[in-house]
Parts: sequence; C-alpha cells; structure tokens
Amino acid sequence: MNNPYLPEIAIVKEIIQETHNIKTFRLVFKDPDKMEQCVFEPGQVGQLSVFGTGESTFVINSPPTQKEYLQFSVMRAGEVTTKLHSLKVGDQIGVRAPLGNCFPYEAMKGKDIIIVGGGIGMAPLRTLLLYLLDNRQDYGEIKVIYGARSPEDLCFTYEFEQWRQKGADLVLTVDKEFPGWTERVGFVPAVLAEEAPAPMNRVAITCGPPIMIKFVLKGLKELDFADEQIITTLEKRMKCGIGLCGRCNIGTKYVCVDGPVFTQAELNELPAEL
Amino acid sequence: MVMGDLKFCPKEGLSRWVEELSREHTVLVPQQAGDAVEFLPFAEGSELSLDRQPTAPPKKSVFPQTETLMRFEYQKDPEHPDRQTLQIKETLPGKEKTVILGCRPCGARGFSVFDPVFGQGEYLDPYYQARREHTVFVSLACRHPENTCFCNWVGGGPADSAGSDVLMLPAGGGYVLRPVTDQGRQIVEVGGFEDASPEQQTEADRLAEEAAENLSPAPELEEVPDKLFELFENLDFWELMAAKCISCGACTYLCPTCYCFNISDEYSGLQGKRIRTWDNCMSNLFTHEASGHNPRPTKAQRLRNRVGHKFSYYPKLHEQVFACCGCGRCIKSCPMSVDIREIVLSAKEYADE
Ligand code: SF4
Ligand code: SF4
Ligand code: FES
Repeated sequence: MNNPYLPEIAIVKEIIQETHNIKTFRLVFKDPDKMEQCVFEPGQVGQLSVFGTGESTFVINSPPTQKEYLQFSVMRAGEVTTKLHSLKVGDQIGVRAPLGNCFPYEAMKGKDIIIVGGGIGMAPLRTLLLYLLDNRQDYGEIKVIYGARSPEDLCFTYEFEQWRQKGADLVLTVDKEFPGWTERVGFVPAVLAEEAPAPMNRVAITCGPPIMIKFVLKGLKELDFADEQIITTLEKRMKCGIGLCGRCNIGTKYVCVDGPVFTQAELNELPAEL
Repeated sequence: MVMGDLKFCPKEGLSRWVEELSREHTVLVPQQAGDAVEFLPFAEGSELSLDRQPTAPPKKSVFPQTETLMRFEYQKDPEHPDRQTLQIKETLPGKEKTVILGCRPCGARGFSVFDPVFGQGEYLDPYYQARREHTVFVSLACRHPENTCFCNWVGGGPADSAGSDVLMLPAGGGYVLRPVTDQGRQIVEVGGFEDASPEQQTEADRLAEEAAENLSPAPELEEVPDKLFELFENLDFWELMAAKCISCGACTYLCPTCYCFNISDEYSGLQGKRIRTWDNCMSNLFTHEASGHNPRPTKAQRLRNRVGHKFSYYPKLHEQVFACCGCGRCIKSCPMSVDIREIVLSAKEYADE
C-alpha cells in the first residue's frame, strides 16, 4: 500500500537567494521515474522534510509545465525553515508532493485576470502566473500587482522581464521611495485602487501578509468584485497534510486537503476561525 | 442471525478460552493495576477485571500513544565528503493478531469513528489499517451502566455491536457469545463452546434491555450539528461552557474517539526516527503557528472545536454519526467536572429558545 507519510528523497539542485530571508530551492527527486511521474496542478503544495527537525508546507511555485524540478520558496521563520536555509546544493531532503487542491485555472479560462501579491506571497501566485502565461491564448488580460517593503524584498526580480515579454502587465511597487527605483511607490492596496481593474469577467487572486490581504479584499469589494471572483490561498499550521491529524480544520474543512485555495465566497461559509 | 451462531461460555470457561486464544494471539484483557483497570497482556494466572468500565479505552491497541512511522539515516557520501546521503525506512506494524477481550461496547465503537477517517478516505493510514485488520474486539455488554454513561444518546447502547467482532452478553452465570464478524466467528470457534440455549438467549436479551433501561433517557440530538454551527460565533456561550476548564487535556487522552496527532522527529547522531504521538486540541500549542499567530488562542475556542468536531463537523462529514460514543470518560476524568452532556444539552436548548 502507498504510504502517504513517507517522503520521497529529493536532491537540492539549485538555490536562489531571493531576499535577505527568502531562498528558493529547486529540487529533483532522486528517483528519475518519480520525477517523470510527478504531475501536479498550480496551487498544490508539498511538505518539505528536514529529517531530525520536521516537515513544513510550501506551495510548489514552479509551473506544472516545467518538468525538470520542483521549486519552493522558503522564508526563514521557524525551526524547519532555518534548517532549510542551511541546505547546500547536492543535499538531500524529503518531499511529499503534490498535496491539496489547486487554483481553478480551468474555470478562469477566457477571463481577465488580476493577480495581487505581497512579499513571499508572490511564490504561490508565481506557479499560477507561469501556467497562465504558458497558455496565454486561453486567458484575457493578465495584470499582476506585486509589492514589497523595499526593492530588496521583492522575489523573482530576475524574471520580471520574462513575465512581461510573455504577456503579463506587471505593476511593481514598494512601500516608499528608494534610490534607483523607477517603478511604482505605495502600498499594494493603494496601487490596486489606482489600477482599478474592472470586475466584469475578471478573476482576482491574492496572496500576501494578512494585513495586505485584508485591505486588498476591501479594495476589491469597493471595485465591486463579487466574493465568487476572489481567490486566495490560506496558510495554516499543518502536520500530516492528508486530512487525518486534525490540525488544520476550520469547521468542517481541512485546509490541507480542501485547500489551500479557497474563493472568498467559500471562506464566507466557514466559521470565522482563521 | 444464523441459528447455531450463538454460543454459550460458562463463567469457568472464560479463562480457558482466553488461555487458548493467547497461544496464537496477544490477548489484552482488563486487569487491575493500582487504582486503574487497564488492558494488559494476558499471562497465566492473570485475573480479568470485568466488573467496571476500564479506565482507558482500548484505543492504544490500534492507535498507540507513540509510534514510529519511519526511520532515517544520513550517511557520508564517499565521493563528496561534505555531503550526506539520506535513507528512509518505513516501519509498518507487524502482522501478529491481537485480541482485545472485555472492552465495553463503547470502547470498540470508538474505532467505528476512526475507520472512516483512517481507512476510508482519499488517504489511507497504513499503520492504523494494519493494526485494525489484525485486532479482534470481544466486547462485554454492560449490565450496570454508570451515571456518566450516555452511549444511548449517540447511537450506541449497553449491547451495541458497532466496532466489535464478538459481543459477550452476560446470561445464566456465563456469557452468550454473539459473533458479529467473520474474524469474531473464528475466535469464538477456538473455544469449542456449545450452542446457547433459547433460555440463555432470552435471558441475555432481557439483561441487555434492563441495562438499557438503566440509562438516562436519550434526548433528541438530531439538530445539534446545525445548532452548534449556529452557535459558533457566540463566544459568550463558549466562554461560559469553558469557564471551569484548565486545558489539561485529560478528556482527550482517555477519549476512545479522539484521534488528533502530532508528528515529530527524534534524532541523535546521524540517525533517528519520525514518530507520531497523540496530541491534545485543548492545548494552546495545538494550533500555534511559527509566525506567533494562533487561530484558537483561548480555551473557549478550543473547547468549541473539540465539542464542535464531535457533535457537528464530524457528523456533517460522516453520515450524521457523532464522534463520541458516550463512554463518559471525559466527564469522569475531568478534574474540573466539565460535562460534555451539559454542553450538548445547553447548545440544543440555547438554540431552541
Ligand atoms: S467525548 Fe467523552 S463521552 Fe464522548 S467518547 Fe470521548 S471520552 Fe467518551
Ligand atoms: S479534562 Fe476538563 S479541565 Fe482538562 S481539558 Fe478537558 S474539559 Fe478542560
Ligand atoms: S494537516 Fe493534518 S489534518 Fe490537515
């Protein structure tokens, strides 16, 4: 029987220092067959295992169309993430993936898209964005608002140009003026208000720090987005990742298997226990 | 019920049967250990303690308090001395058969709450399944329910067979044995018992009925799952319910239907193991996140989740079955006398107003 607790061994192929406290890891399963067989959908997560310390959950932020490695971006915050940050290229770790649900990318077909991300919150959105860009013809306008405290706190800076070339209308912003910064200045919700995307036939996807999400949601409401049009991905403390350990429930929903992706309309149905 | 299926085990025959079973199985039977009655392996001369409800249910026989999920080892990579390779080895339970004899029907019923979660969902738990498959439950029907028992509120009863493989019904100075599953039938066969006589059967039924009558009448709880959902936002209600609670978690550890667990690593040198341990949702740490955020920082919110899970979320997810078998252990073991029956009734009445 397939043992859902048992991680696959993966090798760290590449490490990218995104910001002072965020690193991106490109991982390849040790068993090439497993790499080949690994299919996932944008938004699904993986459990990364540093044996001796434990496991932690991250969204797979490479797109499903990219088959050579699985990519995860990790902000140093607790024990497991600190250990992950000490990994070197060639080190081996455990991976259980894919787990959880995904962004409703099928239902988004033919629609205009507004992606709103803040800080490390861009990581889960990256997988979706790259998927959309790889299937550019299936989607309408793709606007991305991405902000961080300072230019140094932005992730994926090295691929912004590529996103633009592939057809994303990328609006970058930082909280205040910085020498040499030529893009927008201001908090993400304020930039969203300036951009004022029309809600007609559009889906909004947002991820970022809780306070940003709160004001982005408010902003989207003011722009007349319906709750069904707003999608977010939740973070919760998880253990098993497979709906058994009882750790991550909000009422009847288990974030690990029923999430992490929810529409605002779905969240409204749940007890207020975020 | 096929005729001839019911057997009679005279009182003197019980230890002989258990002895016989213990030749090929580990047989756990309730035995007096200090003040407690615990499930311990039967050995020659072991005395069965069948008169009162065992202190803890037989939960740990299938779902141990601590179990190793896998072992891991780092090894120096000879070609790259600064690197280590990793090996992981799954540690599934063995296939030895275990018989639990003398648990109460509510103790076995607990597993019928576990089963849909660990053995029937999208992800199957191979550790639980292996043990569950190799464990046979012989439950003793209750003759004298305690005042904390309320199995009849939640679909059970003193002679309930859910989760059991054999039911032992006291009668005629012995026990009428009623096999519930094929595994149970095989276990009963080992005893080489005579068929139960019609008189013995009638007496067994009568005693079971009498026991059921000794329970407090079961209130109508059908609407409780919805009512608890409605009460979610009413924190005043939950603060009142949790006022006495000290978050010790005694209620969760002794509960036959509580299954929340933690996973952690133990490590020394280059090797270690990943273990799973029972966890306690009444503790502040249960949902405490690395960021410092906690979705359930107060005991009221935690009690709300515990009662909510048992009487609202679980039944909504699993065919209206309550995730509580009414064994009353949480009531008996709570140092502060928090009574889950009162909470359920208050919820029902509160919403009735
Ligand atoms: S909640 Fe209490 S009465 Fe119900 S099964 Fe658990 S310990 Fe027994
Ligand atoms: S046993 Fe009683 S005091 Fe302890 S956590 Fe449970 S309800 Fe609270
Ligand atoms: S993480 Fe275990 S149930 Fe969701």
